[in-house]
Amino acid sequence: MSGDKNMKKTNPNYLSARESRAISRRNRKITREFERQNKRKNVPKREYLTEMKDNNNVVEFDNLNTYFFTDVGTVKAVNGVSFDVPLGKTVGIVGESGCGKSVTSLSLMKLVQRPQGQIVEGEIRFNAGDQVYNIAKTPIKEMYNIRGNNISMIFQEPMTSLNPVFKIGTQVDEVIALHSLDIFDSSDEVKKSSDGKVKMTKEGKSKVKKRTMEMLDLVGIADSEKVYNMYPHELSGGMRQRVMIAMSIACNPRLIIADEPTTALDVTIQAQILDILKELKDKLNSSIMLITHDLGVIAGMADYVVVMYAGRIVEKGTVEEVFKSPSHPYTIGLMAARPGVKKDANRLYSIPGKVPNPVDMPDYCYFRDRCEKRFDACYGEYPGEIQLSPTHFVSCYLYDEGASKNE
Amino acid sequence: MSENKKVKKNKSVEIDTSYEPIVHDDKYILEVNKLKKYFPIKAGLLQRTVGHIKAVDGISFKIEQGTTMGLVGESGCGKTTTGRTILRLTEKTSGQVLFKGKEIYDYTKPELQTIRPQIQIIFQDPFSSLSPRLPVREIVGEAVKEHKIVPDNEYYDYLDEIMENCGLQPYHKDRYPHEFSGGQRQRICIARALALNPDFVVCDEPVSALDVSIQAQIINLLMDLQDKYNLTYLFISHDLSVVEHISDTIGVMYLGDMVEFGKKVDIFKNPLHPYTKALFSAIPVPDPTVKIDRIPLEGAIPSPANPPKGCKFHTRCASCMEKCKSITPELREMEPGHFVVCHLYD
Repeated sequence: MSGDKNMKKTNPNYLSARESRAISRRNRKITREFERQNKRKNVPKREYLTEMKDNNNVVEFDNLNTYFFTDVGTVKAVNGVSFDVPLGKTVGIVGESGCGKSVTSLSLMKLVQRPQGQIVEGEIRFNAGDQVYNIAKTPIKEMYNIRGNNISMIFQEPMTSLNPVFKIGTQVDEVIALHSLDIFDSSDEVKKSSDGKVKMTKEGKSKVKKRTMEMLDLVGIADSEKVYNMYPHELSGGMRQRVMIAMSIACNPRLIIADEPTTALDVTIQAQILDILKELKDKLNSSIMLITHDLGVIAGMADYVVVMYAGRIVEKGTVEEVFKSPSHPYTIGLMAARPGVKKDANRLYSIPGKVPNPVDMPDYCYFRDRCEKRFDACYGEYPGEIQLSPTHFVSCYLYDEGASKNE
Repeated sequence: MSENKKVKKNKSVEIDTSYEPIVHDDKYILEVNKLKKYFPIKAGLLQRTVGHIKAVDGISFKIEQGTTMGLVGESGCGKTTTGRTILRLTEKTSGQVLFKGKEIYDYTKPELQTIRPQIQIIFQDPFSSLSPRLPVREIVGEAVKEHKIVPDNEYYDYLDEIMENCGLQPYHKDRYPHEFSGGQRQRICIARALALNPDFVVCDEPVSALDVSIQAQIINLLMDLQDKYNLTYLFISHDLSVVEHISDTIGVMYLGDMVEFGKKVDIFKNPLHPYTKALFSAIPVPDPTVKIDRIPLEGAIPSPANPPKGCKFHTRCASCMEKCKSITPELREMEPGHFVVCHLYD
């Protein structure tokens, strides 16, 4: 035991084998309970159908908490996140890596790595048109109908998210055959077996291919017949990302989640892909949730911006509000850190310090230790959301009139 | 015998290695003249050479001591190959690389060893360029020992000093790369390169794998170190805003060619080549009220194995003329120190 104490002195994050075992045992108990809920059969509809607060929204995140139960402790990857995605609008989510942007979107798709990752608390209300789902409570089986049909996702790395051993055509066809049932005249043309495989008649196949071609044309692939028979490795990065977009819009989704869609691409290709996304959004009247760390991309694409830091939203508002009058010190820092064309500064601003350890987050403002504007009130608990305008919210004591300022 | 015949029949396999040698000017630490790097394409049972990927196709530029040259272009345009060929990490096909007036490719292997400390490289991906089995003191210090940069008794003090200059703590010495974040790893890479007292450092996309705020730290660090040690950088990046911030001169590459070269101010104020213009117009501006007049670039970069005839850019150029399709444009100086390769300015 004395050995443990010595290790603790030199490394505050040190865990003895016994402690680690205790944590994993506790975690297993918690996650097993969540898994049991997820895997239930014949869940009554009233359990997961709800009402939207505002029917003009596609998605409403309401106090979402997604935790990862790891062997070194609980990581609160998303910690009380609330924001709305209005119909036909683009919402940009910015933040550094590890701030929970991707986990937020994965929670919406219910694709968080299970069993460690679980939606612990809160609601995600998704408006599918005729029905409103509470994604947090929806059983996995029901999610199959929502994914692809209503919500689709474009991933960051187009090479790893396309299957290298299937032709482009086969992969896009599969999506359409599984989800777009309205293109078939009768149910004989396509049959789904219980293991997820799809059987189609000749007519069914030709209809699917026709639709695939339309989609490939729509995303600006000139030689769609040729690309249909190609493998992913034969295409360039930009072309692969186009194929990914074609797959994601194949079923006219109400919401497209674009998770860093252009990070792996060149500037010129990035511009092309963003133009395609913008155009398609208007054509299909879908909403986009755009996740990126590039503020330039957000400024050009988004209507609303959500800034995340260490699992929490620090600022949200319309794109003009956030870019013209950034309020949270973290947002201001992020903007100043970006080397800008036509920006005359010899030294770039860099935010001091680093993101706190995700396993045990402090109970005060997570940004306090890195913040240059901290004052007495910051030593209290985590600041609540303060409204600056009808759409602009910030979590910072600087804007709290009740907090005493000691300059 | 039959192999030789086949090769002779296929004319495209022959490489034009002729160039006019340049005379060294003391002002420049590095002079590159008509540098070419072709990778052979091998095919068939006998692995015959059937063609070449023209990764770097005769580029020339000069860098002054203590300045930074930015090299920009789309992926696959030969930026990284240029950097590697200059350092002789891959052998050139033809051309000249003069470092402090001496041809790098004239050195024998043991001689090359002696000048290696002067030319260093920082790699793109800090996650794959550090050996996971070595502690940081070995990573940074291995080459210091090998090249005997400092006497043995000063070795540890020297390591501490270098690491402190690069923003690392002395107690990081005994840790392994997996214990560090991306930004810290990049600092280790920088410390490793700088421990040898180099004069010239190739930075191959040192910040593209990092977050914005970490990126700012690393760029500041690189600029501080440049002031301190009078370093010369060749800064390769596809992020134009980073290049704009750090560079003194900029070279724009397209498909193995340098299409425009000049001072940063000239290039950003007055881009001449249609490709440069298109590239700059594609930079996203972090201001929602600014509407950019984007010059669209249609299609993708053509294959470097079979580049278009005439001007290589003519297939995607908005102001393409008849002669662009057949005649290769020559390098011309539009303003002092501002070079462009385009028929528009004939």
